[in-house]
Amino acid sequence: MYATDFAYHAPASLREVVALLQQGDPNGGEVKVLAGGQSLIPLLKLRMAAPAALVDLRNVAELRGISEEGDGVVIGAATTYFQTIDSPVVQRRCPLLVQAISQVGDPQVRARGTVGGSLAHADPAGDLPAVAVALDAELRAVGPNGQRTIAAKDFFVDLLTTSLDPAEVLTAVKFAATDRPHTGTSYQKHRHPASGYAVVGVAAVVMLNDDGTVQAARIGVTGAGAHAARASGVEQAIAGKTLDDATLTSAVASVTDGMELMSDTYASSEYRAHLARVLTKRALLDAAARAR
Amino acid sequence: MAATSMIGAAVKRREDPRFITGHGQYTDDIKLPGMVHMAILRSPYAHARIKSIDTSKAKAMAGVRAVYTGKDLEGKVGNMPPVFIIPDANFKTPAYPVIAIDTVRYTGDQVAVVVADSPAIARDALDQIDVDYEPLPVVVNEEEAVKPGAPQLHSDVPDNVLFHWKIAGGDPDAAFQNAEVVIKERFIQQRLIPNAMEPRSAVARWDPGTGELTIWHTTQNPHITRFVFSLLNGIPENKIRVISRDVGGGFGSKIDTYPSDVVAIFATRDLGLPVKWVEDRRENFVGTIHGRAQTQEAELAATRDGKITGVRVKSYANMGAYTSTGPAAGVPTWLFGLVVPGAYTIPNAQIEVIGAMTNTTPTSAYRGAGRPEASYLIERMVDRLAGELGMDPVELRRKNLIPADAFPYTSATGLVYDSGNYQAALDKALAMVGYDSFRQEQRQQRQQGKYVGIGFSTYMECCGLAPSRLMDDIGFQAGQWEVGTVRLLATGKAIVLTGTSPHGQGEETTFAQIVSDKLGLPIEDIEVVHGDTGAISMGWGTYGSRGNAVGGSAVYLATEKVLEKSKKLAAHLLEAAPEDIVAENGKFFVAGSPGKSFSIQDIALQANLAWNLPDGMAPGLEENSFFDPLNFVFPFGTHICVAEVDAETGETKILRYIAVDDCGVVINPTIVDGQIHGGIAQGIGQALYEHAIYDENGNLITGSMMDYVVPNARQIPFMELDRTVTPAPQTPHGAKGIGEAGTIASTQAVVNAVVDALAPLGIKNLDMPLTPERVWHAIQQARGGSNGH
Repeated sequence: MYATDFAYHAPASLREVVALLQQGDPNGGEVKVLAGGQSLIPLLKLRMAAPAALVDLRNVAELRGISEEGDGVVIGAATTYFQTIDSPVVQRRCPLLVQAISQVGDPQVRARGTVGGSLAHADPAGDLPAVAVALDAELRAVGPNGQRTIAAKDFFVDLLTTSLDPAEVLTAVKFAATDRPHTGTSYQKHRHPASGYAVVGVAAVVMLNDDGTVQAARIGVTGAGAHAARASGVEQAIAGKTLDDATLTSAVASVTDGMELMSDTYASSEYRAHLARVLTKRALLDAAARAR
Repeated sequence: MAATSMIGAAVKRREDPRFITGHGQYTDDIKLPGMVHMAILRSPYAHARIKSIDTSKAKAMAGVRAVYTGKDLEGKVGNMPPVFIIPDANFKTPAYPVIAIDTVRYTGDQVAVVVADSPAIARDALDQIDVDYEPLPVVVNEEEAVKPGAPQLHSDVPDNVLFHWKIAGGDPDAAFQNAEVVIKERFIQQRLIPNAMEPRSAVARWDPGTGELTIWHTTQNPHITRFVFSLLNGIPENKIRVISRDVGGGFGSKIDTYPSDVVAIFATRDLGLPVKWVEDRRENFVGTIHGRAQTQEAELAATRDGKITGVRVKSYANMGAYTSTGPAAGVPTWLFGLVVPGAYTIPNAQIEVIGAMTNTTPTSAYRGAGRPEASYLIERMVDRLAGELGMDPVELRRKNLIPADAFPYTSATGLVYDSGNYQAALDKALAMVGYDSFRQEQRQQRQQGKYVGIGFSTYMECCGLAPSRLMDDIGFQAGQWEVGTVRLLATGKAIVLTGTSPHGQGEETTFAQIVSDKLGLPIEDIEVVHGDTGAISMGWGTYGSRGNAVGGSAVYLATEKVLEKSKKLAAHLLEAAPEDIVAENGKFFVAGSPGKSFSIQDIALQANLAWNLPDGMAPGLEENSFFDPLNFVFPFGTHICVAEVDAETGETKILRYIAVDDCGVVINPTIVDGQIHGGIAQGIGQALYEHAIYDENGNLITGSMMDYVVPNARQIPFMELDRTVTPAPQTPHGAKGIGEAGTIASTQAVVNAVVDALAPLGIKNLDMPLTPERVWHAIQQARGGSNGH
């Protein structure tokens, strides 16, 4: 479990981070951002990743912290999971983050892993990508060409692939707050018994009308396909409806439409699709119950 | 006997403070001046011819001391020998070189070894070795391997049949011909990976001055490995010291002697430098033995009113690519065969086992070894029979359990069960679970659409490995006795030596309790020394739940001798007859006159000074006792699992887990409970989670902790434990073994519960592990293929 040799940088400012990424490796090797290391370090030890240099974000204070911004909560990319769920602002305004992050890995992972690290790594079975999608997150990145904002639905492109450029670094994520009347959220997860990752995870935000029908919903699904995705078909199918069993059953049938379903020894694509349906149903019902 | 009994006292484990404060001394903690580091290049192919190996780039790297291939070692070290050669089984002994020479036979087979100045350089150098492989056809499954036309692993093992044996007792053919009911079932004992917390490692140091080898080494049996090293490395046995003081678990996987250790010894002699090798976790998954891996065809014959009249089993045991230098063919298959009839009066039995060689990691003993495979089979079959006959599984068990007055009981396979009261353990467990009302509650839950089931395991097992004379009969190339030494120093402190080699079993505590109880010495004054062939004359190690049953017995008998000598010396000092001396709480006095006494410390001082000994008494206070029992010991009990299945997702939740175990006299109840807890956790692991899966190319696709499910606290339920105590007649302290019982008992309790939960759907059997997807598919199939929405 010894990594190949690499250069290690731990700059104190975002400007230096971007400069290091832009500068790259003189021999054309890969330069990777280290943001907690809960995925990257194991890959290094297994030599499944062999970057020429690491740029560690641990000393970059401006990448940490939580603030309220209008209708959302902004979390610095290098904020750890624990700092996030420990925040009264997050607890009040984005309880979905608390519910989901509490199920990430184990206490050690939550102590070191970061919000930005998880999203930028884009593990197809990560918990946070589903939440980012459901909370309509805006992902803020800085690169050689300055700052830009990417919507969560456009951020996750493929297996372990985001729309970030190699020289761009994720700086913060704005999650939509859900502390509004008649709004409830839920994260339902089938946890892989070994890795703790989501075999399938479904994050749901449900807004109800006064009569109990669904005004709108946002659903993020992780684990089923190559990347986290929004289940727009289900969202549309329940809009304006009461969440009775027949409505739900028929609505969730399409939850994995358009997804390239993953398959492994633990769960076939067929079972993943089934879990996505069951968990979407459960997430919607739980979110709706919390909305009342 | 001391008035204050230490036998049965819940003494806290004395070894734990050093472990939990980071002061344990594991092999990786050994750092010697000038030490160099070894790394192993392992085959990425399950079966391939090695066309060429180019080590020149690796050898040229700065900091690389040596690179060895199989050809470099050929003729210089011996091949790995089989330790268990089952008689009358047409047993084959294919060559098992320490580093593959022309052919690799499993993914992880050793191809080359690098020794370098740091572990990182050694690891980097592995990437610089070029091996040209010519892939060969692969077979991984035990049934496929012995079919005609299967890829052949060894030219001297036709059809990949390593061995084939059959045993029978009674008249099984007649039993099946005359049976009113016959049920058949096929069970797959999936392959498991032991996953001890500490991976294997070794630090080997050659002393060119004395010609002595010292090796710190993760082993469960240092004296056995000393012998194997002597044989393979050509060093006289009395010039080798094996030290294995702190070993972080084994579960059977550290019984075997491994090629890696033999190469480390070769390297330290070759280089004249101490050599360290530490296995990493990925390596452990492929380079350390696996367990279970059997496919069984089982048949049960019975009368319509539920009397079991016969059992017949044919099992294919997957032995992997080589016969490991450990229990391998022995305990996992032979002991399996012997205990198939379980706790029941089944007069006729026939068991046949075919050992198949496959392109997989060699298999050997994993906690329970053979007995979980048998116990699962018979306990599942009894439940199947109950279902077939429409009988309650408890009623069927009561009808067939060996009665308490039938002990010693001779089974159809020839074992003589020492003692037991199976009904008492069952009754206790039933009362704990509240079985009287369970079935009615279950009916109500079923009406509410809940799938709740109960699973029973009225298990017995056979352990305390010994007696030596039986080992010869079954082909184990070793003895199985133990020696215990009790030495009292002039200061009244005691050193206890044991040839068992605890690696988590807590014998530094239990053996001290045995000595303390008998001599009245404070437990803190007793030091138990194990795992050092330089200090301990001999021993056969810790496995097969033998530590206390055999090693503890030897310590007990040695302590008795010390007590006898102490009494004689006390009598001399008190000017009384030895038979009038009473020993109580560490004081020796004449019966009826406790006012004038000598303490055990006084006696120890006098014995060591030898100023005033009775005529004919030798100085010192040290006794040895060799113990070789005449039989195994036979723990037993009843485990009950209550489980609920989420029919929508197939997930199983254990609602209650009850275990009533009987391991004879209990020395330390906390340690016994701990053994049961851990054993049950691993048994649940097999039932629900663990599975080493190979793909058709022989790649281990569950080769990491990300894929292979070792259950953690989240997945293990609260356990309700109780016990009955039926003393062992053949051990001096009356204790049996408890290291494996939890694993042997639990797996089938869980599976029986899940199958019972799903019985309304007509489900009769499920293959392990009961993953949610598997259970979900079975439910779908039972419901006729609808998707459940």
